[in-house]
Amino acid sequence: MATVHYFPDPLFPPMSDFVQTLITALAIGSLYALIALGYTMVYGILKFINFAHSDIVVLGAWLSYTLAVRILPSLGLDPHNPATVPPFWVAAVVMLAAMVFCGVIGFAIERLAYRRLRRAPRLNVLITAIGVSLLLQNIGQLDFVFGASPQKMPALLPSWELASITFGEGESARRVVLGLIDVVIFSLATTLMLLMQYLVFHTKLGVAMRAVSFNTDNAALMGIPVDRVVSFTFVLGSVLAAAAGFLYVTKYPSMNQPAHAVWVLLGLKAFVAAVIGGIGNVRGAVLGGFVIAFVEQFGAFYISSNYRDVYVFALLIVILLVKPSGLLGSPVREKV
Amino acid sequence: MTRTPDSRRNNGSASHAEVTASASDSQSGFVGNTLMGLMPFAVGIVLASLLHFVLPHVIPGRAGPYYSRIVTDIGIAIIMAVSLNIVNGMTGQFSIGHAGFMTLGGYMAAFMSYYGSMYLWGSAETHGGFLGTGELLFVMSCISGGLLAAGAGYVVGLPSLRLRGDYLAIVTLGFGEIIRVILQQTGKVIDNAQALKTGGLSQMIPPPVGGALGFDDVPKYTNLFWVYTILTVTLVVAYRLKRSGLGRAMISVREDEIAAQAMGVNIARQKVLAFVIAAFFAGVAGGLFAHERGVILSPKDAGFQRSFDYVIMTVLGGRGSITGVMLAAGLLTALPEFLREFEQYRLIVYALLLIIMMLVRPQGLLGIHEIWDLWPRRRSTSLPSSTVATSATSSPEAR
Repeated sequence: MATVHYFPDPLFPPMSDFVQTLITALAIGSLYALIALGYTMVYGILKFINFAHSDIVVLGAWLSYTLAVRILPSLGLDPHNPATVPPFWVAAVVMLAAMVFCGVIGFAIERLAYRRLRRAPRLNVLITAIGVSLLLQNIGQLDFVFGASPQKMPALLPSWELASITFGEGESARRVVLGLIDVVIFSLATTLMLLMQYLVFHTKLGVAMRAVSFNTDNAALMGIPVDRVVSFTFVLGSVLAAAAGFLYVTKYPSMNQPAHAVWVLLGLKAFVAAVIGGIGNVRGAVLGGFVIAFVEQFGAFYISSNYRDVYVFALLIVILLVKPSGLLGSPVREKV
Repeated sequence: MTRTPDSRRNNGSASHAEVTASASDSQSGFVGNTLMGLMPFAVGIVLASLLHFVLPHVIPGRAGPYYSRIVTDIGIAIIMAVSLNIVNGMTGQFSIGHAGFMTLGGYMAAFMSYYGSMYLWGSAETHGGFLGTGELLFVMSCISGGLLAAGAGYVVGLPSLRLRGDYLAIVTLGFGEIIRVILQQTGKVIDNAQALKTGGLSQMIPPPVGGALGFDDVPKYTNLFWVYTILTVTLVVAYRLKRSGLGRAMISVREDEIAAQAMGVNIARQKVLAFVIAAFFAGVAGGLFAHERGVILSPKDAGFQRSFDYVIMTVLGGRGSITGVMLAAGLLTALPEFLREFEQYRLIVYALLLIIMMLVRPQGLLGIHEIWDLWPRRRSTSLPSSTVATSATSSPEAR
């Protein structure tokens, strides 16, 4: 980042800042999209907001931290020294372990709390989801779990600069760096999203998921094991959330305690992304994730970074007033 | 969910007139009617003064202020929970940003009383004794805080016209967070009367209410008398609202929006009205909170954590039951004080309570009933108790 502070000229913004913001927005957008996929899939099938989804992201992030500070010393590396570069497999193992564990937790939440409420009014399910969310947050805050103090994630990926461009010359020269982390986040997230796309639209399981989403009772009559499909959806969403949590703390290593408002805001923004894209729509969630990230990052840079959360919610309200079904969603008529 | 059989004739003014007419039959004309209507307020004020003057003497020594503080906190929590219950319980919407209204009102009230007393009396100390000029300013501040919050409630209520329950939850949650973010950007507190008078209007933009550090040194006017007087007003308004045609229209929105609409209830109006009323009382409660001894008003108060506390109270108490919510608010405020060493586990227990409640008894402790509905009635009919409760409407003041 540049050290010179100046007021950005809205008409002729320096190219360097624009490119840097673009890179950040793409990386963050892919994370929002990953998290939004979990929200949108659960909403598509069970028609409720899984409030606990953002806590699965937190769980994934904190598990990654816990594993990293356990694995690194056993390899003879100092986890708190930013110069250490662990081998690549550490990052992969940490991420996979977090994904598996979160998948199990996601399964357990659905099995223990949500399944019994499948026929209950939606508000009851929503309240339960808030309960589950509070439960996960505060269990995470316990001293013997993750603790209630912020931590710093050890660097698992080397801080390589894959490419750098210099804009301007002499005094005003400004470098824009494309880091390895940004590329990893973007490509990994895109790969996972493409896999999801394949799964939902080109496999038998995907057909079953869409059938349950369309009409649960009829799907059951057609011989689709609804419970298993719903469980699978939760596991899938949680696995993606865990990956997003891992990638998020690799990008931003200072981690807040599990019940911190920052995490809730992260989850909220991802949910907003799902709504903006059209909730229940898998492609919409991805689109929404990027839209949100662009609005947030460019708004933060060109208007004021103090209000970055406000832009997202303003956009949400505008979309809900103009096209309540979201960008890619189809309007739903309520039948009497 | 129990359907209120009366929702068929919930047509706003029509049934309202009916209620008024039947009430005046039982009393002797307008004067007696008005006097009877003011009765609960008088009783409440007497009780509040008793509490205010007697409690410090009942609990002597150092523990006195501590227990008065708990009782004050309980009062404020009840105002918050009962007002939230108008939106969440009666109208069936789901607001999880109630602390946002509270903090907004609190900041407004603190702003008024702090700068008001600095302007009038040269310092932000408390001024005048019991019911003195200082307290007059304080009450005015609380009311203006309530009005600002009510305005915000109108703005937040507007999207609820287009959004169903769960989307609305997100909007209200986002509202609380936006209030928090905006309050963090405010300016430094002006602690000097001279500077205040010479500085002109430009120093009020952005409002000098302390930014992220919080608003310190607000005059500490809040006492048991004012908390419980305002609590009385809240309870009477909530109870009468529940029994009025307006409240019944709200309840019909909760039970079935489409059916209510078909019967001519203006759904949009009911929802926004519920938000405005609830936000007003939340704003007033915020004013009480801001002037409480030992409280430093901070933008964090607007965050979702505090809102969730109130949501838990309404859910546990019973959505729509005023006495149930009062009970839950009192318990959930008092218990943590006595279980300080388990503070870490407080929210875990709350969360488990929420989940278990939803699985076992989703309607809350008292459901839609009030606490006196639990007593066996001598009525010979074997009607379900909701019908009994609604049939009492013809003489709402009789209770």
